[in-house]
Amino acid sequence: MLLYILKRLVYVTPVAFGVSVVCFLLVHLAPGDPLSAVLPADATQATIDEMRAAYGFDKPLPVQYAIWLWHVLHGDLGISIATGRPVLGEVSRAVVNSLILASVATVIGFTFGTLFGFVAGYHRNSLADRAASALSVFGVSVPHYWLGMVLVIVFSATLGWLPPTGAGPDGSGNWRPDFDHLRYLILPAVTMSVIPMGIIARTVRALVADILSQDFVEALRAKGLDERGVFRHVVRNAAPTALAIMGLQLGYLLGGSILVETVFAWPGTGFLLNAAIFQRDLPLLQGSILVLAMFFVVLNLLVDVMQTALDPRIERA
Amino acid sequence: MTAPVTAASMALDGGLLTADDAAPEGAFVSSRGFWGHVGHRLVRDPVAMGAGAVILLVVIVAILAPWITPMDPYKGSMLRRLKHVGDATYWLGSDELGRDMISRLMLGARLSLFIGVTPVLIAFVIGSGIGVLAGYVGGWTNTILMRTIDVFFAFPSVLLAIALSGALGAGIFNSIVSLTFVFVPQIARVAESVTTGIRRRDYIDAAKLSGASALTIMRVQVLGNVVGPIFVYSTSLISVSMILASGLSFLGLGVRPPEPEWGLMLNTLRTAIYVNPVVAALPGVCIFVVSIAFNLFSDGLRAAMEIRQ
Amino acid sequence: MSVIPDGHDPFARDRGGPAQPLLSVSGLYKHFPVRKAGGKKQVVRAVDGVDFDVLKGETLGIVGESGCGKSTTAKLLMGLIERDAGGLLYDGQAVGERAMPWRSYRREVQMVFQDSYASLNPRMTVEQSIAFGPKVNGVPGREAVERARALLARVGLEPRRFAGRYPHEISGGQRQRVNIARALALEPRLVLLDEAVSALDKSVEAQVLNLLLDLKAEFGLTYIFISHDLNVVRFISDRVMVMYLGRVSEIGLSDAVLDAPAHPYTEALMASMPSLDPDNRTAVALLAGDPPNPIDPPSGCRFHPRCPLAEEVCGVTEPPLDGIRPLHRVACLARQPGSGHARAPNPALAA
Repeated sequence: MLLYILKRLVYVTPVAFGVSVVCFLLVHLAPGDPLSAVLPADATQATIDEMRAAYGFDKPLPVQYAIWLWHVLHGDLGISIATGRPVLGEVSRAVVNSLILASVATVIGFTFGTLFGFVAGYHRNSLADRAASALSVFGVSVPHYWLGMVLVIVFSATLGWLPPTGAGPDGSGNWRPDFDHLRYLILPAVTMSVIPMGIIARTVRALVADILSQDFVEALRAKGLDERGVFRHVVRNAAPTALAIMGLQLGYLLGGSILVETVFAWPGTGFLLNAAIFQRDLPLLQGSILVLAMFFVVLNLLVDVMQTALDPRIERA
Repeated sequence: MTAPVTAASMALDGGLLTADDAAPEGAFVSSRGFWGHVGHRLVRDPVAMGAGAVILLVVIVAILAPWITPMDPYKGSMLRRLKHVGDATYWLGSDELGRDMISRLMLGARLSLFIGVTPVLIAFVIGSGIGVLAGYVGGWTNTILMRTIDVFFAFPSVLLAIALSGALGAGIFNSIVSLTFVFVPQIARVAESVTTGIRRRDYIDAAKLSGASALTIMRVQVLGNVVGPIFVYSTSLISVSMILASGLSFLGLGVRPPEPEWGLMLNTLRTAIYVNPVVAALPGVCIFVVSIAFNLFSDGLRAAMEIRQ
Repeated sequence: MSVIPDGHDPFARDRGGPAQPLLSVSGLYKHFPVRKAGGKKQVVRAVDGVDFDVLKGETLGIVGESGCGKSTTAKLLMGLIERDAGGLLYDGQAVGERAMPWRSYRREVQMVFQDSYASLNPRMTVEQSIAFGPKVNGVPGREAVERARALLARVGLEPRRFAGRYPHEISGGQRQRVNIARALALEPRLVLLDEAVSALDKSVEAQVLNLLLDLKAEFGLTYIFISHDLNVVRFISDRVMVMYLGRVSEIGLSDAVLDAPAHPYTEALMASMPSLDPDNRTAVALLAGDPPNPIDPPSGCRFHPRCPLAEEVCGVTEPPLDGIRPLHRVACLARQPGSGHARAPNPALAA
């Protein structure tokens, strides 16, 4: 097992390196001078050159990359152009908020997705099965930013039950685990949970149906195992894949939260990205994307290792 | 892998030409072929056909929009803002600037379809090219191409799309470029795995033995077998692409006002959710319906292609 | 019906005369690198020093258990995988060199694969598959199609009914006929049949074997016939070559090798084969277990761990492939004068 983890680590390193290159190049992909946002329009050439030198933009690209990577590895993601504060601090505060939202959404999606998937897989071609497959098509086809709006229209604008935007009553950017804050969490979390719910329902349905149709289940039943025992068997065989998908979905939600966070003005990474893009705050954009992508890489690695550890059928070669 | 053997073909195994075989004089028996079978099965799938009809309808409306909209989609009136659905003049109400919703939704189909479908089409061509090349050539070419692709897989697709279009700046062209970038690795990976599977088949070896060049083999023997699965996979991406493309416009990164595009309309109507919630939600309904239609059609196509061979 | 265009005579292409072997294989090696757990690099000695000749007009059978290197040898002969070492001499000319580049060689030598389905493109009609080879070799489209149809008729498939069909619409035996037609479409002189009838039902197998014999006579072909089935090999082959763990253990005329095996391995193969004659069945299974791992083959004679005649010397000395009588060579110390094996013939008498 340890050998397997080491192997995965060796495999992940070049990917992580590639991700850092892509994030670095993002800034250079941007049209115009990356400094245009900070420089006054009437800046003299001398000022521009001075600033370029200060930010290191006058050096050749590979050198700039090496310097940037060196700083990143030491936890220095640069300074936000818009706020003048270190990018790392801004990003980590936002990541915590996004992580809360994405985790809750994943848990909701996983719980209901698994439930629907099990029912559908046990009773194939029944009404419940058709409802579950309709749900999964709905989950992957619905524009979630629109779903968020619809939920706001229904539960905030019309019924007035839940607050439409923000993370808490005080308007501050930090979420706390109390009842007031919880009310703010419900709508965005439910909105986000729809995507993993559909995918998990579809996967679990296929897994359960597949396991139930296998010979060994027939054999177990023939040997007199009751339905509870069969159920336990199904769970044990379906769990590794379902959990792996849950882990990956958490990553997707965290990375893809920008649209939903914008709808609900949730102070997470998506909101931060949005601000970074429209203020052309490239260090902040670069830093947030790097952190999110690395998070996804690590999550992938963990999911992989966990799945291997749980699933005795996968050979750890 | 064994094909069903009918009684007739069993008898024929002997290679003896019986009277039965001499059938219609001069006429060659021709088969429907793979795509013929797929079409045949697709036509019998009511869900896929329904979804196909919706897509066709939207495409027709999009093409004809400039001539068939009941009112001028750009002309607003501050006096007639946010009329409700069912209004005598504005059948589907009016938007926050008093423009006719139904006209804008019809014209919006053009841009929404264009920015949603185009990235997948381009990515289909580029991704297939990369994947087939990597899969067929193998070796170092494969390793380098596929490891590069792996890097893009390390980004959740929404994040990659937003990172790229955020860095490139707003605009239709940049949004299409970003989304193409998102889908190329996904299609390339599927194309690579399909091609790698085909490359090991004996008929590729047989073609090599006939003296055909690598290019001829790729064109005649490989492409015909890999295009189907890659195409089906690509159609399944259109729905995601539509949602993402409209999402970029929703964020202000795609289409710019006053052009009507469903995602952008959704964004500008957000302010109206207290006054006229139904109208505010309409553009999203359009995205949803088209996206679901593409998903169902793609599912039907996939099912139709799962033919025992 | 003549399939071969007018003025075509396979013998007209002959260069070296009847005594010149059509294909001469010498010192053929192929080792595949593999990684075992722990990252150690090792090699599978799939083909480990093989020499033989294929005579003009004969059928050479190649037999052996799975993993003995038969199929790798076939792929090496066709150039589908690159050889590590060794030479191919086609009708006296070195393959891969200027006089006989691979392209020209492949027009002379064709192959029929074991899996009749996997060797036909599922998206092409039978006719398209057969016409593909001639087309890429410059035969105009119409002519290529006509040739394909004529060949279909020749292999017993009515063109009107079969030309437009797809591989999944016809049976295994019919597909193998199509594969044979495809191989013949390029007018080869040598056809390599790699387990070409192994996947077929017994009755169909016999029909296809007879077809192969007819085609051979009609077109003046030479066959290399690879199979694990000794009955089939005996039926079709003039000479037989027995392979064991990447090496030739015995080669000779079919009747001589199969009726009076000189190598204990051939004897064991014969004995392990279910005989059709109930009086002739052996009770003991002489070949126990699987062949040893070709990654780490036994020292000395590779067969010695399973050999009933094995002596100490067999684990030390590698037996050379020596002639014991005309056209019969065997790699066994027990047959080699002066080898030090107790059963070895007396060198004085042999001389």
